[in-house]
Amino acid sequence: MSEEVIKVEKLAKNFGSFEAVRDVSFTVNKGDVFGFLGPNGAGKSTTIRCLLSLIRLNAGTIQMFGKSYATHRYEILSKIGSIIEKPDFYNYLSAQKNLEIFARISGATVSTKEIHEMLEFVGLGGRGKDKTKGFSHGMKQRLGIAQTLLHKPELIILDEPTTGLDPQGIIEIRNLILRLKNEQNKTILLSSHQLSEIELIANRMVIITKGKSLVEGNVQELLNAQELTVRLELSDVNKAIPLIQQHFANVEITRINEVEISLSIEKKQVSHLNKMLGENNILVYALEPKRKLEDFFMKIVQS
Amino acid sequence: MLLKNIYNEFIKILAKPRSYIGIGALTLLICIILFAMKADGSSFISFVTSSFEQTLSFNGTILNGNLIAFIILQMLIVHIPLLVALVTGDLISGEAAMGTVRMLATKPISRTKIVISKFIAGAVYTFILTLWLIFLSLFVSKFIFGSGDLIVLNSEGLVILKEQDILWRYGLSFIVAFLSLLTVSSVSICFSAFAENSIGPIVSTMAVIILFTIIGSMDVSVFQNIKPFLFTTHMASWRSFFEDPVPYSKIFNSIIILVVHNVLLVSIAIIKFNKKDITS
Repeated sequence: MSEEVIKVEKLAKNFGSFEAVRDVSFTVNKGDVFGFLGPNGAGKSTTIRCLLSLIRLNAGTIQMFGKSYATHRYEILSKIGSIIEKPDFYNYLSAQKNLEIFARISGATVSTKEIHEMLEFVGLGGRGKDKTKGFSHGMKQRLGIAQTLLHKPELIILDEPTTGLDPQGIIEIRNLILRLKNEQNKTILLSSHQLSEIELIANRMVIITKGKSLVEGNVQELLNAQELTVRLELSDVNKAIPLIQQHFANVEITRINEVEISLSIEKKQVSHLNKMLGENNILVYALEPKRKLEDFFMKIVQS
Repeated sequence: MLLKNIYNEFIKILAKPRSYIGIGALTLLICIILFAMKADGSSFISFVTSSFEQTLSFNGTILNGNLIAFIILQMLIVHIPLLVALVTGDLISGEAAMGTVRMLATKPISRTKIVISKFIAGAVYTFILTLWLIFLSLFVSKFIFGSGDLIVLNSEGLVILKEQDILWRYGLSFIVAFLSLLTVSSVSICFSAFAENSIGPIVSTMAVIILFTIIGSMDVSVFQNIKPFLFTTHMASWRSFFEDPVPYSKIFNSIIILVVHNVLLVSIAIIKFNKKDITS
């Protein structure tokens, strides 16, 4: 059985009369890259703040590394590195001084050499002496990741780490997360609006909406259990539609334009569909699966 | 961990430009007073002593470094709370305003230790500010105006203190003055634990000092019962060391009241900060 790093059960948190979180449960195992998904206002940030003991729970339990904050706060936080929303720094201090300050209270001994190496690692090698006041959002995000990794945590919690980054920055952060998982076997909880990011890097996920967790499980298993939506570009759409309806019972076809349709079918039937169209002299110019997680997410959230 | 965070707090205080405003303002004000006294101090003194000239004759230099130091302390001890609050009022709420409180509170250090380390760092800053005030007012004044006996005018009349009987009084009054300013620091740290911005605690601290001072100075029977318990009532206790004989029991009472205020205020800050949901 996998070692449980985070175990959340029936978490609830109110701010006055507002129920930010009302029933969230999930488990993150050692070595997981765990996607934490939900629309805006679903309660993701509140849950993450509860996980980091920034806010108190009204109900439910949180176990981190099999222990509770009530008795093992110091030990738990020593093993966690986190970025909550945007990383903020003492803007009157240099990047290096900021890292020194956070390293000093991280529960680990971090040398100046390691700080320099970490700055290099996140691509801020030559900027250590610069005050963070002049840093761009992307640079602060990278410095935030340096701060997160400095004390070599076992668990990394990243709340929307790619928000506000340009495409190159997003790719860099994604690659960094993959390196942390593959090279250092870190456990990572990743909250993101970028569903494609989660699909690319997470192995497990939970979807929450209106303060309640709805689905939890292995990303691929959850997606494979769903029908696949494919877009087809064909030589003769008018001929193809009745043929598809004849061969695949109850399939719902959407006509996009004169040459394109989309339909949802089981993954194993895709090759059969392609073969059938070819046998009926309909040329298939494109057969493209749509973003699966997006569809899955929308289906869950809207339900 | 506490020591490490105290060190962190020192680094932050030293790096903040606002920390130097107090020291700069203090230096400027004292230089202005010294210049004014050098330029026209004798007429200032004769204005004060004129009422005694028919009954007393003054020999020697009344306008000396000891007197100038006393005048400076009297003038500035009222204004220094603002300079203290400017730095200490920002210690907790400044972290919330900047967003760094999130990062700080997710580190393996208890919130109690965070508040205590901020209080200690604020206390050291207050100590340095008070020390700087004493250094400039006493030693620089003595260097410019020379030494001599100190003539102090208080509610019971004129007190003349011998030159060799003065330095220890300044030493002890420094301790009480520091304790008074430390109470101001605790007030602002306490407000800081409730606020999410830097300005609120500074303004609130000054408002409380002004309010309590007004209450304390009003000769209204309804306020007489609370007056002995207001910290502002005891902020001028440093002056008591320049009475003859020194009213030690009165000073000791003031010290107790100020210490109790400090303990209470820091405890409130700790409880509030521990219970606070960090949502900023």
